[in-house]
Order: sequence, then structure tokens, then C-alpha cells
Amino acid sequence: MKQPPPSPSRLGALRSLVGRFAFLALVGSAFALMLLGKADTALVERLRGVVSDAVVPVLEVVSRPAASVAQVIDNVREMAAIREQNALLREENERLLRWQAAARLLEAENDALKDLLNYVPDPRASFVTARVVADTGGAFAHSVLVTAGQRELVEKGQAVVSGQGLVGRVAEAGMRSARVLLVTDINSRIPVVVGAGRLRGILAGDNTDRPRLLYLRTPGAVSPGDRVMTSGAAGAFPPGLPVGVVTSVEETEVRVEPFLKRERLEFVRVVDYGLTGILRDVTATDGQSGRNR
Amino acid sequence: MRPNMLQRFDGFLRNQIPFVLTLLLLLLAMVPSHAAGLTRIGPMLALIAVYYWAIYRPDLIGYGAVFIIGVVQDLLTGTPPGVAALALLLTHAVVISQYRFFNARSFAVTWWAFTLVAAGAMVVKWLAVSLVYGTLVDASAAFYSYLMTVAIYPVVGWLLARVQIAFLRDV
Repeated sequence: MKQPPPSPSRLGALRSLVGRFAFLALVGSAFALMLLGKADTALVERLRGVVSDAVVPVLEVVSRPAASVAQVIDNVREMAAIREQNALLREENERLLRWQAAARLLEAENDALKDLLNYVPDPRASFVTARVVADTGGAFAHSVLVTAGQRELVEKGQAVVSGQGLVGRVAEAGMRSARVLLVTDINSRIPVVVGAGRLRGILAGDNTDRPRLLYLRTPGAVSPGDRVMTSGAAGAFPPGLPVGVVTSVEETEVRVEPFLKRERLEFVRVVDYGLTGILRDVTATDGQSGRNR
Repeated sequence: MRPNMLQRFDGFLRNQIPFVLTLLLLLLAMVPSHAAGLTRIGPMLALIAVYYWAIYRPDLIGYGAVFIIGVVQDLLTGTPPGVAALALLLTHAVVISQYRFFNARSFAVTWWAFTLVAAGAMVVKWLAVSLVYGTLVDASAAFYSYLMTVAIYPVVGWLLARVQIAFLRDV
């Protein structure tokens, strides 16, 4: 049976109806995805891993020229201030040498005291160095993509550090890429100790540049300039990684300036302190390429 | 005359240009710029592209494609999945519904309209993120990101227009 061809106006009406239906269905899907993201985080993490694996090769190619350009600009800028910087660095070098001597002394003393106490040493850390290929930031999430994944034995939850200090932790690991949640992200919670008094607290990101310190027992004992380090509580992070400095102490909130400089991130180290469980030792074999022991 | 195999394939490839280009812009927006202060407030290039194609070639990029772009963006950036998808879908829908207004308008008018549409998209995104997290998230970075997006619109719009003239005139 042959049907007469629909007239253009009817076809147009049909098309707009289908379009409207598709729109409503997809808006519904968007909301369903939001719910799914809350309900089944494992599935969403796997999806994120798949997508980041797919785009990281592209990003790797695109990000190289950008990094080179940034380097050239940096070089030119540094040239201008090279004399003052040299003087400053000499001064700093002298000061640091004195610190080094003090640190050596303390280290030796510390070792001797540990020997006396039969102290159980911390597990030795291994790490993977990875390139930052994407600052996926935007205004509502603070994270970066790096070029190391499960292939390099990167796993969810591992600490990520740069020369300046703690960067964040691995949020998901794909096969050849991983997303690193920065300490400033709204989902970041890090057990820390503050200052010489080693006050315990939680450093909670809120998508601003300065995360807050929560759950301090005596917030009054904290003052601007105090150093914040990871505490290693709950086995989430290795203890003693520098995180930042307390910048403002107010009645209701204490804010911390992280050492992390987001725009300076180019290479980061994903550190495996063996805190993620005993099963890892079975799968982790020595002599893996790209892995330093 | 019916187009032969090669011509049809060529046409098919050309039809994918808006979608692929939008995805590329999405990735480009994520490349670390290493410029102090810029990383948090980078422009939303994908939003510009979705807006542009919705005005000039809505036949080549439909709701499905826009949804996929949004989901990819969510999965990559770490925002709750569905948030960017919702914002982009609404952007697309608003432009399509106002096609009479956008028809053959000057560049200045579309730019001006973009400041409104982009603001709407940003507010939708902010509300959706706040809804998922159950708290009003900080919006100052989003505001600066919005300003950056509006400021860079002419450049991206010009590039997209070049592409459209070069590849999509006949399809």
C-alpha cells in the first residue's frame, strides 16, 4: 500500500514535534544523569576514565605548543629581572645552606632517636611522573588531566604532588590517563595538621582559591602564617606533605593559601605510598617501565 | 543528477564539521594556558560554538549532538554529569525557538543576544551544580568566566564563520 507523500507543512510540523520530544527527553536524561552521578559513582567514574582516555592523545598534542609558548614568554619575562633575581637567589641560597645544615643535624638526631625507640619506618614510596595535559577547571570544578593511568599503576585515591607541595588526589584513573582532583575543588577533603601545635583538622575545598579549615578543636590556636601539612589520618594521605599556609583567621572560618600554583602545573608526581591496601603488592611488579622505585 | 558515492561521502563528512569542531573547541578550552589567573576563568568555547551553529546551521547539529557535547564536557571537567548537558541543551533550544529573531541579523545583534543567552546558560549551570551539591556554590569564578566568554565571542564567531564559508556553503 502506497501512502501519499506528506505535504511540506505537515512534514515541518512533524519535524518540530519530533524535535520538541527529543528536547524534552534529553533534558530528562540530563536530570537522570545528575541523579545517576549521585547514586552510582563507580559507573560515572568508569565513564570519565573512558572519555579521558579517548581525548588525552589529542590534548597531549595540543598542549605541547601551548606549553612551549608559555615557556618562551616566561623566559623573556625572567630575562628582564635576571639581575635582581640573581641577587635574591644568592641570598636565599645562603640561607637555605644554613637550613640544610640544621636539617642534616636534626635528621641524624631523629634517626638516632628512632633507633632507640624501635620505630617502625614508613613504607617507602614509589612514584610516577606525569604531564598535565588539561586544566579541565572551569568555574565549577578544579581538576587536571594527567598522562598516566592504570597502565602506570596509578589508582584512585593516590596523592599527587608537585615541587611546591600537595596538588590533590587521583579522582579516577583510566587506562592511560587520570583526573586529579585539586585541593581547591569542592569535593576535596584532606586530613591535615596545622602549625607547630599540630592541630588536627580537615582542609575542605569550596571551588575558591583558598580552601577552608574545618573541624579544628581550638580554632583560636591557629594564626596566619601557620603551615598546613597532611596528617595521614585515616590512611588517606601520607603524613607530612606540605599543603599550604594559613592566610586568614576569622571567627567562623580559617582559610588556607595552598602551595599549589595551578597555572604552573606542568609535571606532577603521582605517589604510591602503599596505603591503598595489601592486594596491590601482588599486582605491582618491579621493573615496570615509567616507574621509579 | 543523483550524487555519486564519493560526493555523498564528502557531504556526510562536511555535515559533521560543526559537531567535531565544537568538540575540538571544548578540548581547546582545557589546554593549560600557564597564564596566572586565567586557568579558573577560561572562556567556555563550546558554549559559543553551540550558540553559533544553532543560529546558522541548526540542521547540522541537533539536540542529540548538543547533549553528547555536554556530557563529554561534564565527564572531562569533573562537574556533576548532566549539568553542562542541560545548560547547552537549553541554549540550543532558546536559539532555535527564536529563529525568527536571529534570522539575518547583524553581528552586533547576535553578540548582544549572546550576552543574554550565555548569562542564562551560566545561571542554569550554577543552579544545577548547587542542586546536586545541596549548597550554593561560589559563583565569582563563573561570573569572570562568563565575561571572558562574552569578550572572546567575536574571535571564535569569526573563525566559525570562516569555516562555514569555506566548507559548508554548498551543503
